Amino acid sequence: MITLRKKQKKMLYRIIIATVLTLLFMLAPIEYGDNEKEIKFVLFLIPYLIIGYDILIKAAKGIGNGQAFDENLLMAIATIGAMILGVTYTGDYEEAVAVMIFYQIGELFQSVAVDMSRTSISKLMEIRPDAAYIEQDGELTEVDPDEVEVGTTIVIRPGERVPIDGIIVEGSSSLNTSALTGESVPRDVTVGEEILSGCINLSGVLKVRTTKEFGESTVSKILDMVENASSRKSQSEAFITKFARYYTPFVVVCAILLATVPAVVLMLTDSDPEFQMWIYRALTFLVISCPCALVISIPLGFFAGLGGASHEGVLIKGSNYLEMMSKVRTVVFDKTGTLTQGVFQVTDVISNEIPRERLIELAAVAESSSPHPIAVSLVRAHGADIDRARVTESEDIPGKGVIAKVDGMTVAVGNRRLMEHLGLQFEDGNTVGTTVHVAIDGKYAGSITISDIIKPESPEAIKELKKAGVHKTVMLTGDMDNVAQKVAKEIGIDEVHSQLLPGDKLEHLERITNESKDGAVAFVGDGINDAPSLVRADIGITMGSIGSDAAIEASDIVIMDDDPRKVAIAMGVSRKSMGIIRQNIVITLVVKFLFLGLSAMGFVDMWFAIIADVGVMIAAVLNSARALRYRHN
Amino acid sequence: MLNCLSKRVSEMKKSYKIEVDCASCATKMEDAAKKTPGVKDATVNFVMQKMTVEFEDGADFGAVMKQVLKNCKKVESDCDIEI
Repeated sequence: MITLRKKQKKMLYRIIIATVLTLLFMLAPIEYGDNEKEIKFVLFLIPYLIIGYDILIKAAKGIGNGQAFDENLLMAIATIGAMILGVTYTGDYEEAVAVMIFYQIGELFQSVAVDMSRTSISKLMEIRPDAAYIEQDGELTEVDPDEVEVGTTIVIRPGERVPIDGIIVEGSSSLNTSALTGESVPRDVTVGEEILSGCINLSGVLKVRTTKEFGESTVSKILDMVENASSRKSQSEAFITKFARYYTPFVVVCAILLATVPAVVLMLTDSDPEFQMWIYRALTFLVISCPCALVISIPLGFFAGLGGASHEGVLIKGSNYLEMMSKVRTVVFDKTGTLTQGVFQVTDVISNEIPRERLIELAAVAESSSPHPIAVSLVRAHGADIDRARVTESEDIPGKGVIAKVDGMTVAVGNRRLMEHLGLQFEDGNTVGTTVHVAIDGKYAGSITISDIIKPESPEAIKELKKAGVHKTVMLTGDMDNVAQKVAKEIGIDEVHSQLLPGDKLEHLERITNESKDGAVAFVGDGINDAPSLVRADIGITMGSIGSDAAIEASDIVIMDDDPRKVAIAMGVSRKSMGIIRQNIVITLVVKFLFLGLSAMGFVDMWFAIIADVGVMIAAVLNSARALRYRHN
Repeated sequence: MLNCLSKRVSEMKKSYKIEVDCASCATKMEDAAKKTPGVKDATVNFVMQKMTVEFEDGADFGAVMKQVLKNCKKVESDCDIEI
């Protein structure tokens, strides 16, 4: 339902009154007598002023402020000129009034269209919580989320939106995370888990200790990103701004030349100069001089595209990235956490002397402070809580592993390179997976094999990217070659580079970027220690890392859940939006220049000129709105 | 270090709700705001009806914004900024 603002309603009434009056004066059988031109002038002046007074005032103010070629001034000149021609020659005033009416209809439509797309986007992003509740003396008090300090316990009842990021201290429930992730299946949460603002609490009462201020919370970050997205301007927008700057003065100069040169030439050749005809054509020119259709529809198209993407759970940080994404032909994936779940499971343990459980325990304790997925899965395989005080010393050897003192023993946990580094003999199993070797007090103790699980969506994600026009997919991983090859084959990746150290990934990405001659290169990672690659790539995409500030900071596109198919969706949205934007640019320019040409030759009168001008603007705006809806199947 | 730097930058940046009816008027407002003394950079987001202003070091936000509004009114009498 369209609701008009007060200003818009007023404009609508003005349009209706002016139209009715004009039609009345045109059709009513009035006997004017001898002074027909003069009487009609006075009559038509009424609707003209009703519909156009603000434009005339703005035009006058514009002159006062040295604002040359402002479109109000041009409309004023065109219509006043037409009125004067009416008094002196034609006796025809409808045209001038009609031009004003159509111009105002166009302006009204534009303002309503913008309002509508703004509302539809805020609906998509309707995740801003209005209030937070805190318990005081057994009663719930409503407070402004902005005023809640970090560490406060807030209460979230069923049906309410989580206002601030925090950790559950009491209660369990299921959360609807669709506003953040686009995922419709509710997520079950319980005590100790972190929950993000923007989710809706579905079933139970939750008490949550806040870990961030409202302004730093996920919901604020996302809204901020979406709202500020269009401030990063794309090439298309820069082009339009530049074009608009030159277009209007160009048309005005042409109009002046059109009004004078032919008449003067005709006069010099002793023909009838037909002044009024050339002036009329020049005035028609001015009517087409407003670049409104372009100036409004291009940013609106981008805005709609960004909104459509965020509806799919894909946040694009700016229209320049939307534009770039449509040009991507090579997609480089980080394997772990992107194409695979990053959830490793222990699939094999070889232990020579000590019990298997003991081997896992020592490895888990030694790795307990590392955020690496392998370390996390070792800790998980161990099962019990780990007392970190058992680790007295710990040295991280990048790309190799960890050497730590556990219960006074020196425990080395890492890959074959670590064992080679320590000069130890080791057995390399034949199993597919990542093998972690363990040495205790300088003696080889055994190995633990861990395998990652491929995300079920990954093969489809690659297929869809290919369908969307991506030429090459590459996977980079620090994992063993046999694992990498197997995963790549299963998913359908073209090129694999394995056993890479974090620095190597960046080198490979740079090589791929230099080699790819057609189109841009996107890098997709999970945001954990691949920030340099995210920044270096033409487009950096992170997934499943909402809530991680560093990842959001480093990337250009954020996929809110961890579904790799969303990369293809991001691409689809960007392609569609860019297509629409290109259509708008072409249609608008063709119509404008066609009508400029036709009016110079006298084939088009002012009526047609204004209808074409407003019509193409309305068409372009409606076309832009299509970018808001993206359907994939 | 980097963190505190970015914090300072964000403190010099403020956004204001605006009211403007046409897209090219929004561009005019942006230009007018940019030219106002005390303003380092300004962007107008027409669709969101929002103006983001980056102030120069030590600028008095209130006073500068009053001038910004005045300059904007000059180029587009039909606009407003909620200060």
